[in-house]
Amino acid sequence: MNGTTGNSTNGNGANGNNFGQLLNLVRASLVKDLRLEWRSKDAINSMLFFALLVVVIFSFSFDPTAEDSRHIAGGILWVAFLFAAVVALNQTWAREMRNQVLDAFRVSPAPPLALFLSKVLANFLFVGILESLMAPLFVVFYNLNSVGPVYQLLITGVLGTWALVVNGTFFAAMSLRTRSREVMLPLILFPISIPAVLAMVQATTAVLTGEASPRFWMTLLGVYDVVFTLVCVLLFETVLQAE
Amino acid sequence: MVDATSNPIPAAALRAVSKHFGRFAALKKITAEFAPSRLYVVLGENGAGKSTMLRTLAGLMRPTHGHVELLGSSDLAAARPRLGYMAHPSLLYDELSALENLQFFAQLYGMGSPATTEARCQEVIRMVGLDPTLQRPVGQYSQGMKQRTSLARALVHDPELLLLDEPFSNVDVQSAQAMVGLLGKMRDTGKTIFVVTHQLPLLASAGDEFIWMTSGQIIARTAEPVPPQTAAGDAFGSEVRL
Amino acid sequence: MKPKMAIFVGVAIPLLVNGTYQALVVAPTEQTMGDVQRIFYYHVPNAWSGAFLLFINLCASVWYLITRNAAADALAVAAAEVGVVFATIVLVTGPIWARPVWGIWWTWDARLTSTLVLWLIYVSYLILRRFAAGGQTPILAAVLAIFAFVDVPIVYLSIWFFRTQHPSPVFGGNGSLDPQMKTAFFMNLFSFTVYALLLLNLRYGLERKRQIFEESQAAALSL
Repeated sequence: MNGTTGNSTNGNGANGNNFGQLLNLVRASLVKDLRLEWRSKDAINSMLFFALLVVVIFSFSFDPTAEDSRHIAGGILWVAFLFAAVVALNQTWAREMRNQVLDAFRVSPAPPLALFLSKVLANFLFVGILESLMAPLFVVFYNLNSVGPVYQLLITGVLGTWALVVNGTFFAAMSLRTRSREVMLPLILFPISIPAVLAMVQATTAVLTGEASPRFWMTLLGVYDVVFTLVCVLLFETVLQAE
Repeated sequence: MVDATSNPIPAAALRAVSKHFGRFAALKKITAEFAPSRLYVVLGENGAGKSTMLRTLAGLMRPTHGHVELLGSSDLAAARPRLGYMAHPSLLYDELSALENLQFFAQLYGMGSPATTEARCQEVIRMVGLDPTLQRPVGQYSQGMKQRTSLARALVHDPELLLLDEPFSNVDVQSAQAMVGLLGKMRDTGKTIFVVTHQLPLLASAGDEFIWMTSGQIIARTAEPVPPQTAAGDAFGSEVRL
Repeated sequence: MKPKMAIFVGVAIPLLVNGTYQALVVAPTEQTMGDVQRIFYYHVPNAWSGAFLLFINLCASVWYLITRNAAADALAVAAAEVGVVFATIVLVTGPIWARPVWGIWWTWDARLTSTLVLWLIYVSYLILRRFAAGGQTPILAAVLAIFAFVDVPIVYLSIWFFRTQHPSPVFGGNGSLDPQMKTAFFMNLFSFTVYALLLLNLRYGLERKRQIFEESQAAALSL
């Protein structure tokens, strides 16, 4: 009486061995996240306002009219992005914790990787939106213009955002299992991200000032992204099923 | 012990399972087998380890010692496609409608084309006595409707083994009775069902076997909904210790 | 356990005493830097011991994730805690030396900064251990340990490119080091390694006792 549905579903599909199914699940989960966000709009609204606050406060703190503002703009920009990203990342799993929906995912045969990738992509999108709204404000306030080619700034932006988001999503999942989880995320994310932050800032400054080549820093960011994406992918299931 | 070894492949088995939280032992070396096609009612005080046992069976918690076998396999991941889990929290997204919720969870089980998935979701929603065309987000449902939807979510992939943790708390009597009726029917079609509950009267007639837990141990398994008369069974007397 | 520990202590203390004697008395005074150079006999062995302990932390963490053996976790905690202590000593002795020699307390040099970043990472590891919920602590900590270790080469590479002014050619390059200095250095390197292992062993024993006690308490309640 056990057999009929059992072995067939078990054997081929549901373990997510095949790549197409993984992608389907990632897409389904991503679409679900975006739809939830669209309906509630709690994360994006608070994040947008927070981002605006960060830009304004930074502009007061670091004189935008200074001659050398171009030299410090890279640092200011990325530190601002980092703060905004942490606020966004802390919201990532909040939705899955409400009503303990995460348990429904954990008892299902869906591969944890699908959940992780969809969260990373959703965060990448959210943080990307924030950055593309904050960046123009900085440009206006600091009267910035780039000496080096702008496409390099875009590549740096994508690589840097991925670096923050991939580890951030992972560590946010880890912080779920700690007391005072909102505080925990930056405490573990920032130290590990130091080389990435250094690379983002240096690459951005190099392009803005046109005084050096950003190549080394962009390569380093790329390596950082690849290495940590791999580590996250390999270890996510361990963290998800840590209970 | 009732009927512990009559069936060669138990639907679920605990082999010397302990679960410790630091110095606190929530489960203490439980060994038990559960034959398939039965409705088990798990009873006990708060903190007796009922939920911990269910979560351990569901693979949500890793036992500190011992191991769990589900549907004849000790690889819990392999049993997941045939396992349904429901808890007191709804495990649903409040912003989505019942159908949207179910469609999402059905996808986790890889149930085929969108059309068949949707048809199956609608079928299950009707099974629990709700209207699949309802557009309202689940967050606006009454507790009874939420739990019915939650049951539908646990059933969407037609699991053989169903683990329900306090499914009826704060649920109106009518919804609860409807759910119990459905569980009874499912048992009759060969499903194995565990219900952890405080509301014994609801399940007194539907349950096949009653599992009595006290401080992390199964102290008795009875065929009738009557508390055991052992020394440790005092906990189930008329006075409820708090 | 006890006699073994006695031998261990009996070996480590004379070694450290001899190391100190070699460093402060036998080794000649360095010509340009003066006596402050002698701090190097502590600074470098401490750095080595710290790095060694953090490497043990990585191995224990991987071992834990594979076997889920509580002893592996005890070793990981012990190695991380003692390793952070050694790293702290390195971060304190470095500036004490740098101030008179370079004229500044701190410089953003590759090894200095890498040590600082490493120290920050492992302090966050210890904080995570403190805040993680119950039985999940060892798993989360082991995962973070792997992240930390993967980060180390990237940190070093990035800061090395950022700027470098550490006195690297102490060894290797010119080989002009006085033989007595060399003796003092290697004696201290050995002594501090033994000392680090002694502390690791003590802390590990303590953690194991705590684990076994906790386990026995949980088991005792089972009866």
